[in-house]
Amino acid sequence: MTSEFAVELRDVVKRFVTPEGNEIAAVDHVTMQIKNGEFFSMLGSSGCGKTTSLRMIAGFEWTTEGEVYIEGNPMGHTPPFQRKVNTVFQSYALFQHMTVFQNIAFGLEMEGAKEDEIKQRVGRALEMVQLTGMERRKPKQLSGGQQQRVAVARALVKTPDVLLLDEPLGALDLKLRKEMQLELKALQQQLGITFIYVTHDQEEALTMSDRIAVMSNGRVQQIGTPVEIYERPSNKFVADFIGESNFLDGQIKSLSKDEAQVFIPALNTELRGIPISQGLVKGEDVVVSIRPEKIRITEKNAKNDNFFKAKVTNTVYIGADTHVYTESQGVKIKVLEQNHISRLDTSSFYTVGQEVGLVLMPENTLVLKKV
Amino acid sequence: MLKRLRENKSAQGTLLALPTTFWMFILLIIPLILTAIVSFGKRSPDGNVIYTFSLDNYIRLIGISSDCPAGQTTCFNPLYVQILWRSLTLAFNSTVLVIMLAYPLAYFIARSHPNRRTTFLFMVLIPLWTNFVIRVYAWMMLLRKEGAINAVLGWVAHLLHINFVPLEMLYTPGAVLVGMVYEFLPFMILPIYTSLEKIDNSLYEAAADLGANPFRTFLRVTLPLSMPGVVAGTILVFIPVMGTFIVSDLLGGKQVILIGNLIQRQFLDARDPAFGSASSLILMVMTLIVTYFYTRKFGFGEEIVAA
Repeated sequence: MTSEFAVELRDVVKRFVTPEGNEIAAVDHVTMQIKNGEFFSMLGSSGCGKTTSLRMIAGFEWTTEGEVYIEGNPMGHTPPFQRKVNTVFQSYALFQHMTVFQNIAFGLEMEGAKEDEIKQRVGRALEMVQLTGMERRKPKQLSGGQQQRVAVARALVKTPDVLLLDEPLGALDLKLRKEMQLELKALQQQLGITFIYVTHDQEEALTMSDRIAVMSNGRVQQIGTPVEIYERPSNKFVADFIGESNFLDGQIKSLSKDEAQVFIPALNTELRGIPISQGLVKGEDVVVSIRPEKIRITEKNAKNDNFFKAKVTNTVYIGADTHVYTESQGVKIKVLEQNHISRLDTSSFYTVGQEVGLVLMPENTLVLKKV
Repeated sequence: MLKRLRENKSAQGTLLALPTTFWMFILLIIPLILTAIVSFGKRSPDGNVIYTFSLDNYIRLIGISSDCPAGQTTCFNPLYVQILWRSLTLAFNSTVLVIMLAYPLAYFIARSHPNRRTTFLFMVLIPLWTNFVIRVYAWMMLLRKEGAINAVLGWVAHLLHINFVPLEMLYTPGAVLVGMVYEFLPFMILPIYTSLEKIDNSLYEAAADLGANPFRTFLRVTLPLSMPGVVAGTILVFIPVMGTFIVSDLLGGKQVILIGNLIQRQFLDARDPAFGSASSLILMVMTLIVTYFYTRKFGFGEEIVAA
């Protein structure tokens, strides 16, 4: 390994011309550094630029501006067949006219590997994805999950520096998808190969990734570990996209070194002792974000900091949790309570119209820039 | 009755196939049986058929002749065998040439921008709007001694101060080949295009991703996946080329007589329907044999992907 980063995107822009003749930037000044041996995910909804970014790493698209580096080498217009990366396609893209063995052997034949070596390596790859014995089947004779494994084996048999995966589990049913998530993660750890994984499924990204790049509108919104992205989203988009959040408009009343007091006009309440990120100034309009599971429901007359009264408008029982919908002076706030007590006794639920108190724990409350 | 039909899928199928079956019976099966009966007959002196059971027509076709020099009762006359062989090789050569011309064009259309594909396919079909015979006549205009091709060549030669003798192109085997290739090209382009167009772009990307350069991608992925189109096109081209007589009649003159011409002349000029019928059946059997072996090797143009 020559470089610290397996893959690096430096200020990459990709513009397309739409059929209507407009120019759009599918990828808009994206910079990211993916470390060797890392499981890195690009997460975002469709059209956010994640797949285009992946395709530029693979070499199927060329950058309009900026540069893609693989193992420290600028890729320029290097065609895909000369890059040491391999791709697992969303549609699997298996060769239907070849058997499983021929599919996996294809990449090795292109390298000019000898017959004995091909046999041995294909055998090992099939073992790795638990498909030994399926050599002679045609792709059409396999289930979706098995086809997916063939696609993974076909890419991994080339022992690439980096494996690119474009929503590889998208076509599988939920149960199989969860199994494959864990399997892929285990495979990545066992092989120590860098995985770059594109998905729109946040749970999938959180489950598997070492780091995640959250993307939207062709831009990177935040890069961080799953915990960082969930617990410390850097803007409103990320807080909203990953998990759920309640958002309250506020204004910074006063600032100390690492804490702020924020006035929430709609609730006529001041929140104290809230940890702040950089770049905020006194008097600035901000958004306060708090996750539903990080709000505590108390007595309506409790004496607490960061406390306000609210009225329960609905409760929804969904097994592991109960969602409590409340409203306080026209502001809707969702609270999530874990059902660690039995709910068989209906009196354990809050009733609609009941007045309660809500406490926002300052360490779990975030102040985000408006925009 | 109607209710029972609604539940019976196989009865529905039979009913739907009935009109076609009826017309096929009237227009194909009956004439074929009549042809077979006539083929065992004999020519009467006034050009009618005497119905007997005689293998004379078939014996004549394979070259055993009774019309011999003095002193011999039977001798070998290779005329009809030569005609059969000429038809077979011409059909083979035409089909190969058509594939070589049609494949690159179909590939080009299939890989062009979707908006333009319709235009290109439309252009492929435009010649079919003109009558088959008129299109062959157009080639006569191009190929004859005073034709367009010789005019252009003469003009170029004149510019370069080279002495030019107009080329004899019309009424040669080459002219027939050109005509056949031209007439049947669209029937090869369309099926090849269809099978190329079905290949998902991600397969090309996957091949490149696995280290195949464009040439090897073509050999290992594109070509095998487009074979159903080539097979279908071959059947659509080979069979009509075997039987067509207009192209060889107009562009080949008396030089290039094919089995189609032979059949036509037996019915019209020679007034020997019995021998004409025997020739027709021989043509059919030959075509069936070739098609049988070909499709047994390459399939019938259906997906080569076994389910």
